[in-house]
Amino acid sequence: MATIDQSKIRNFCIIAHIDHGKSTLADRIIEKTGLLTSREMQDQVLDNMELERERGITIKAQTVRIIYKAKDGEEYIFNLIDTPGHVDFNYEVSRALAACDGAILVVDAAQGIEAQTLANVYLALEHDLDVFPVINKIDLPSAEPQRVIEEIEDVIGIEAQDAPLISAKNGIGIEEVLEQVVSKIPAPDGDPEKPLQALIFDSVYDSYKGVIVFCRLKEGHVSKGTKIKMMATGATAEVVEVGYFGAGQFIPCEELQAGMVGYLTASIKNVKDTRVGDTITDLENPCAEPLPGYKKVNSMVYCGIYPADTNKYPDLRDALEKLQLNDASLNFEPETSLALGFGFRCGFLGLLHLDIIQERLEREYNLDLVTTAPGVIYKVYKTNGEMIELTNPSNLPDPSEIDYMEEPIVSAEIMVTTEFIGPIMQLCQERRGRYIGTEYIETTRALLKYELPLNEIIYDFFDALKSRSRGYASFDYDLKGYETSKLVKLDILINKEEVDALSFIVHADSAYERGRKMCEKLKEEIPRHLFEIPIQAAVGGKVIARETVKAMRKDVLAKCYGGDITRKKKLLEKQKEGKKRMRQVGNVEIPQSAFMSVLKLDTKD
Amino acid sequence: MEKKSLSLYIHIPFCVQKCAYCDFLSAPATEEVRSRYVEALLREIEQEAVFYRDYPVETVFFGGGTPTVLNVSQLEKILCKLKENFSWDAKEISLECNPGTVTPEDLKRLHRAGFNRLSIGLQSAQEEELKKLGRIHTYETFLDVFWAAREAGFDNINVDLMSALPGQTLETYLDTLEKVQKLSPEHISAYSLIIEEGTPFYDTYHQADLQRDRDGVDRMGLLPSEEEERAMYEATKRILAGHGYERYEISNYAKAGKECRHNLVYWKRGNYLGLGLGASSMVDETRWKQTEHLEEYLYKYGEATGNRKADEDRRPEMIPLKKSQSEKFHLSKQEQMEEFMMLGLRMMSGVSPEEFKKNFSVSVFQMYGEVLEHYQKLGLLEVSDQRIRFTDAGIDVSNVILADFL
Repeated sequence: MATIDQSKIRNFCIIAHIDHGKSTLADRIIEKTGLLTSREMQDQVLDNMELERERGITIKAQTVRIIYKAKDGEEYIFNLIDTPGHVDFNYEVSRALAACDGAILVVDAAQGIEAQTLANVYLALEHDLDVFPVINKIDLPSAEPQRVIEEIEDVIGIEAQDAPLISAKNGIGIEEVLEQVVSKIPAPDGDPEKPLQALIFDSVYDSYKGVIVFCRLKEGHVSKGTKIKMMATGATAEVVEVGYFGAGQFIPCEELQAGMVGYLTASIKNVKDTRVGDTITDLENPCAEPLPGYKKVNSMVYCGIYPADTNKYPDLRDALEKLQLNDASLNFEPETSLALGFGFRCGFLGLLHLDIIQERLEREYNLDLVTTAPGVIYKVYKTNGEMIELTNPSNLPDPSEIDYMEEPIVSAEIMVTTEFIGPIMQLCQERRGRYIGTEYIETTRALLKYELPLNEIIYDFFDALKSRSRGYASFDYDLKGYETSKLVKLDILINKEEVDALSFIVHADSAYERGRKMCEKLKEEIPRHLFEIPIQAAVGGKVIARETVKAMRKDVLAKCYGGDITRKKKLLEKQKEGKKRMRQVGNVEIPQSAFMSVLKLDTKD
Repeated sequence: MEKKSLSLYIHIPFCVQKCAYCDFLSAPATEEVRSRYVEALLREIEQEAVFYRDYPVETVFFGGGTPTVLNVSQLEKILCKLKENFSWDAKEISLECNPGTVTPEDLKRLHRAGFNRLSIGLQSAQEEELKKLGRIHTYETFLDVFWAAREAGFDNINVDLMSALPGQTLETYLDTLEKVQKLSPEHISAYSLIIEEGTPFYDTYHQADLQRDRDGVDRMGLLPSEEEERAMYEATKRILAGHGYERYEISNYAKAGKECRHNLVYWKRGNYLGLGLGASSMVDETRWKQTEHLEEYLYKYGEATGNRKADEDRRPEMIPLKKSQSEKFHLSKQEQMEEFMMLGLRMMSGVSPEEFKKNFSVSVFQMYGEVLEHYQKLGLLEVSDQRIRFTDAGIDVSNVILADFL
């Protein structure tokens, strides 16, 4: 096979804040290069999950290879690697960036730089990528391209005077972007004759081919029959097929060489064997060292997921297994709840990841779910010197056995216009934030830096942030580490019985407030029974809040319908149906909505 | 029911004016329609009676609507037709009537014709409440009818009352109760208002009913609170008991021996045949229901001319030729057991475990042990080998409990 001229290859990605037009620009690039006609273009080719298109965010990295005939008369191969657009997937972003040689930075001409823009640019610069900016949405009436250009130069410190002014939506200025890809992004290097060294930046499961591994070849070459080894997991396999990415399809080729981006299949059964960030090498002629930067991603947020219909437990297990084939960062293990029956404790990268998995389970697998309050991993140090990583509040040891506990802390950056600094600082204060500092981006905008306990931001922090800044604040965070904290387990007792699925860990200072809110909420959710139902919140056996659902005193069908018994029966059957949708805890029937509604306790009334 | 006895329900779907709360199958109609209806009914009686030669008829109930919207001759004709065609052994022949639709003379003739129990729809003794309900009569008119009925010889009279009415208070309800018990009717039915879809009341009060707070208080202030409703219920039982009325079913009170035998047939799951528009029947564990479509009914039992073309022309356009009554539905053993409990428990005497065993060859404790035990523990059911019945507290929340037998 003829060696491909490395100087004609450009491996790059597009980075942007959410909604600044990353996916739209990607579409236009693909369109302009002539790989697809406009008619063939599905809107936003790269976001190919239904859910992604609806939410307007990229969850899984997508990649496409396109041919561009530049003004210099040469044909170039572009490998456009799309990156996930959310902080939950930061690690995946970093690996996708590592597969690139450069990046296009898309900045909204009206909104300018946002928290995520910065986070992504810093990440790109860390990976030594050459970044050139593009000003998008210049057709908006509120567009201020010149101000944004200055902002980019001031804040990020990269040259922006010749940034293409474009409208991805209307196809304005796309040519210029393509030309700058050729001129500003460096060609890859690497020696095809060296031992194989390839970076895995993503993988998907295909029921016919097994795992399809997305990789960037740094050194060496790989083709059908090569025996490969994943250096971190140790898994070995024989390559069945190699190829590159068409738009939405895999196109086999004979060989992948250093500098190229492509895929390989090797009858691998499980994505767990092909972790993002791992290095592929030749089993028989291995490279000396793996590529730097691999780490095993860990779940940050846990919750219990139960089928609403207890008979659907096996279906839920099957669905989770199938999702896991494609998502190595999802993990789950069976657990049992007295209130909810059989289900799974599931770990996620973050709350968005949790949301997405839950929605996919409901939508793609048609399951009705009950989810328990999401929590983080606490480190429990016992008096006997043992340390437990606690993911389910029910497993908290007896307080007498606990020496101390630690909770995860994140470093957070919040970009906000100056008028909202006050409310946002107050919000962070309420969430036990530790103020680190403020950087003024320009006179009207600032970057607030806080350290926040993770468990304070996994519930409704995003919503609160948006509502207190009228949608203007943006937010990004990174796990910083663990810190000792005064944590307690808040138990909910309904009719004197502890409901395990409603327990959660909370900071001692907010226990009373949360307990009171929980009780109030549950009082609204639990229907009246034939007897009075006390609802109590307790910490360590001590009741700290209480509400009562009064007994139902009258429900009688007095009316006479003559001999029309059927009608009476229908009324009673309707009543019976209502009961079926409840979860029985002791004598009390709790509607499934009650388990969910307590997740949405707005702490600011 | 060893003997194959039968009860007859005759539905007269007419009234002078539709009440604002009423969702029964009834409406005002012209004299011509009423007369066609009677003709059809007579024909239905002839056709149906053939199948029940072996079933002696023990009770008859003319209900509606307001049966007395028909004139006395029509009612006489119908009763006569029943007597001629069925195997007649009727002890109790009830007639529903509304004040304002009968004269003293009418009542005399009706009594002579064989009606021996009169059920008068009063609902309330308060003029304001009657007006809101859309009733056509005053309390005075009711009194006239009541005394005229006594005069005519009716020694078994029921009065219908309603509680939980808009604007009603415990005081006004007590006043109604007191007034009525002083008249000493043999039987009192005390229903509580249900706001049914498709009625003017639904449009006016449904929102108020929905938006009750957690304690059952209507935030819009239109309806009595659940607690007031319950107090009215409580009062009915207490006051009537003090005057010799026994509550024998959730909504029915009677002096000794004056229970409505016809209604007991429903609760005890005896055989009953419904005749007339929309009437329900259950005979030998099979249920069905006559069409509710007046045009269809009139066509189905209209006089055949013998001329196919003429008959075909007479057929109302939207009415299919075949679908004339709901399919007969035979109850499975499971359904029979459910009904046995659901209907039997409505009676204060409850159900007999022995009878259950005899009917279904399985013990009621084996079938419903868990439910029975649960509600017995809560003090809502009284359970022994002899009887299973509601306690006083149980009646108030009977829906919740009955649903568990389904």
